[in-house]
Amino acid sequence: MSAPARIPGVHEQPAVRAAAGLLVYLMIGVYFGVVLIRSEAASWYRIQEMFRFQSFHMYGLIGSAVLTGMLTTWLLRRSGARSLDGQTITVTPKERGWARYVLGGATFGIGWGLAGVCPGPIFTLLGAGVWPMLVVLAFALLGTWLYGALRRHLPH
Amino acid sequence: MTDLLDLLRSPWPWWLSGPLIGLTVPLLLWIGNRGFGVSANLRHACAVLLPDAAKPSFFRYDWRAERWNLTFAAGLILGGTLAGLLLASPEPTRLSAAGVASVNALGVQVRPGLVPAELGDLSNPGVWLLLGVSGLLVGFGTRYGGGCTSGHAITGLSTLQAPSLIATVSFFAGGILSANLLLPAFMAVIA
Repeated sequence: MSAPARIPGVHEQPAVRAAAGLLVYLMIGVYFGVVLIRSEAASWYRIQEMFRFQSFHMYGLIGSAVLTGMLTTWLLRRSGARSLDGQTITVTPKERGWARYVLGGATFGIGWGLAGVCPGPIFTLLGAGVWPMLVVLAFALLGTWLYGALRRHLPH
Repeated sequence: MTDLLDLLRSPWPWWLSGPLIGLTVPLLLWIGNRGFGVSANLRHACAVLLPDAAKPSFFRYDWRAERWNLTFAAGLILGGTLAGLLLASPEPTRLSAAGVASVNALGVQVRPGLVPAELGDLSNPGVWLLLGVSGLLVGFGTRYGGGCTSGHAITGLSTLQAPSLIATVSFFAGGILSANLLLPAFMAVIA
């Protein structure tokens, strides 16, 4: 059978729809980025204050975020709702184990306490014109690659 | 008009921003059954950038299926531009008195902006060391630990996952250790 003829405006549709679908994720990213800046979760100062237990701000922020996520996700799954693209809503369970979570988690925490940024704020601060974040991003990519290269030799 | 601008430029209280952060989890599930997490993008970026011949197996997967997450990360950059550059707060972060004292003791002044000027001075080799070590540990640790603040502390705890609780406790143990012991040592070199 020969390939079907390309009809302009019909066969372009899926690509357009895919781009429109991605646009929604771009908007959610903008939303989250704005909240990271306005909440000061992307502030180096606030992170230092948090790790010295000198203010309730970050604890209130993370605590209320978790409670909100817990309640709304529970409601969403309990209602049996489907996602907008028709899938059954599922949460992928994290792998079992503890070594990787203790060792990897602590490694990330040590990095977080230094430049005061976790991955979200690296991108958001870059957008806000904090150019030194380019150094942090470049080394974060190097660290990610290093994990990929050494993975088999690490306890998980 | 000025009042509106002032409002847009002002920081939001935790009880408003916390729930707004938490809503990202059900929002992404509802839109396309996606799990909220930022650090996986560092892996996707490696998968995109590395040439096939030099790729460890960890980066050999269909990253195109994760384009949504890379687009989300692009949105984070745009959001930063919108809120942090165009509508930058003219006020310094309102730290507690103890917070200001600790930051000053590190040799850093609290001025308007999200990152102190002292830590952005790239003419200082000590600053490169601090930013480089921090980035390296964040990149390595998030992949090793399988997630960051968004993937474990927000998404994982929201969905009652025990591994995320272990990871979150470890994030904080590491952070407390580094902010109180390691950072002062770095700052002694920088300042």
